[in-house]
Amino acid sequence: MSTVTAPAGPTVHPAGDNLLEITDLVKHFPIKSGSLLGRTVGQVRAVDGVTLSVRRGRTLGLVGESGCGKSTLARVVTALQPATSGSIKLNGTELTTLRSGQMRGLRRQVQMVFQDPYGSLNPRRRVGSILGEPYAIHDGPKGKDRQQAVQQLLERVGLSSDHYNRFPTEFSGGQRQRLGIARALALRPELVVCDEPVSALDVSIQAQVLNLLEDLQDEFGLTYLFIAHDLSVVRHVSDEVAVMYLGKIVERGPVESLYSRPRHPYTNALLSAVPDPSAAAQRGTSTRIVLTGDVPSPAAPPSGCRFHTRCPKAQDLCSQEEPLLRPTPEDPEHVFACHYPVAAGEPLSIGTWSESAQAAVPRRAPSPARTSITKNREGSA
Amino acid sequence: MPLFEVQDLRVTFHTDDGDVRAVQGMSFSLDRGETLGIVGESGSGKSVSTQTVVGLVNGAEVSGSAVFDGVDLLQASEKTMRGLRGESISMIFQDPLTSLHPLYKVGDQIAEAVKAHRKISRSDARARAVQLLRDVGIPNPEGRAREYPHKFSGGMRQRAMIAMALALEPKMLIADEPTTALDVTVQAQILDLIERLRTEHQTAVILITHDMGVVAEVADKVVVMYAGRPVEVADTRSLFTEPHHPYTQGLLRSIPAFAARLDKLEAIPGAPPSLMVEQTGCPFAPRCPHVVTACTTSVPPLEPAGSAPGHLSACIRSRHAVGVDATDGSAGQSAPSGESTSWKGSASV
Repeated sequence: MSTVTAPAGPTVHPAGDNLLEITDLVKHFPIKSGSLLGRTVGQVRAVDGVTLSVRRGRTLGLVGESGCGKSTLARVVTALQPATSGSIKLNGTELTTLRSGQMRGLRRQVQMVFQDPYGSLNPRRRVGSILGEPYAIHDGPKGKDRQQAVQQLLERVGLSSDHYNRFPTEFSGGQRQRLGIARALALRPELVVCDEPVSALDVSIQAQVLNLLEDLQDEFGLTYLFIAHDLSVVRHVSDEVAVMYLGKIVERGPVESLYSRPRHPYTNALLSAVPDPSAAAQRGTSTRIVLTGDVPSPAAPPSGCRFHTRCPKAQDLCSQEEPLLRPTPEDPEHVFACHYPVAAGEPLSIGTWSESAQAAVPRRAPSPARTSITKNREGSA
Repeated sequence: MPLFEVQDLRVTFHTDDGDVRAVQGMSFSLDRGETLGIVGESGSGKSVSTQTVVGLVNGAEVSGSAVFDGVDLLQASEKTMRGLRGESISMIFQDPLTSLHPLYKVGDQIAEAVKAHRKISRSDARARAVQLLRDVGIPNPEGRAREYPHKFSGGMRQRAMIAMALALEPKMLIADEPTTALDVTVQAQILDLIERLRTEHQTAVILITHDMGVVAEVADKVVVMYAGRPVEVADTRSLFTEPHHPYTQGLLRSIPAFAARLDKLEAIPGAPPSLMVEQTGCPFAPRCPHVVTACTTSVPPLEPAGSAPGHLSACIRSRHAVGVDATDGSAGQSAPSGESTSWKGSASV
């Protein structure tokens, strides 16, 4: 199994500047019946065929509503959860087939910053011990050297080396998130997966942490996979953005192109739903697209395009055939998966959108017949 | 006469470690059909001040007045308060899961709110609950009324809470971070619903939030709170186009939506002060780029600032028509120049 990695060394790597390449990644969680036998009665299709790449030293933002699978994707990429199928390549090395011994070396290169600065630090251990642990696990410096390394880390993330002997409870939310970042940086990783790193923080503190993440990226050449539900935060930090809906990427592209010319109706709705502070100046003129209903269950995703149950532009084809990602004419880097994309400059009046969306409110579980149609179509396509 | 007027509200909690001055001099007024936004960071006292006025805070030392429709809520008996809560004043809270009872069906919980205040038969109350669920846009309301809260998604729970809050068509709705736990798409639905209420029923709304974007979209006027004090009061447009208080300015500048075209967010350095320490000067002085010695000697009161009438700011610079002369102590801070890049037409500083 280890030989798999050998031929695909960094030098042979085709797209040399991609640090992370995810191809057709699938993560399903089995739904067990309640009986003793625990038969699998279904699958929660949390991540269902995701293909993404992140350039070295850049930031890929991943956005989507809760339950769209963005955090599951983060956990599979950091190998906290095994993938069901698909491939994850870091520097050309396939991660999904690595044995645990080899995995350890790779974990140095991939680190994670978590959302909850309260839950992700052990309250019974001192800062020195929390930040020293990566060194302990990965044969880093010992004794006095380790203490010095940790203190340098503390200073680098804007804390004081005197904080070495404190407990996490003595820190505020923003300071704790700095500790989480320091821990992720201890081993000088290449890829840092940030899962909602600022959503638990107040805005003024949020800005401090975002600035810190940017400084660290410049200083250490870090690559970020940045997951957030806050679209304005993602816009601020990302070079490229991917929009996820029910386990699939529906649109992906360079940040400016995606934000200024979103093609997928879901991206449009998501962007228009963000309350805009500058709206205060022209109150009443904003055109918000209000999506009705909730995200359907990933255990029984709708047939065809998964967004069709909430999509105001949905037509018959949408429930039958799954749209594939295709590039926009203006920018081949900007791809979207929609049969009836939103044209540039298409007026999106709130009335028409919510009216037609109203018709699609009842969340229809796809009937077996429908599902089979989809399969046939997919097969023939 | 305004529907609701709060004057110099002070709330202090006596704890073993010392006094926590959670709210120190909160004042605002609200008319029918008006939406007031209260913004501030965690611990700024925005939730405590509203919970105090509706009598949900126990064991605190409270002073000031909060007159609702001619009744001072702070002096009112528990019996009067019980009559007002639900009937005239409703609240919705941030966390819709813990605000609904997990062991009662959603429809029954809404019906109970109706039955507590109206002489109405059980079946009528239940029918009213179904109607309310339909009003807030829950599909299949008959079926959903018979379900338990755990079967509802976050957005639907919050809608059920709103249905309950609306059951008796209150004159005032206090919404404490009603959309913070929700996705943006669902947030948009809830904000639309609250907006509809205000236009259809002339409900006065107090919206507590930390999200400046939410405030900008739905509020008529805004109170910005910092460390237990209101630091700026203004109508929404004036607040966003001519923010006066350095804290408001900093808050706006640290929002990525605003600063999208800026290279770097202008974070406010430091953290809010402890509420255990008595403030002898402006609470924002330690983090303020324009701080001068006078800032630390007395707490600045809310005073008229800017061009719009009713725009108040608690900053000593409001005494000067143009505050530039007050920034002499800022020692090379680049804030004024930064302002010109992020704020078009806000050259008030």
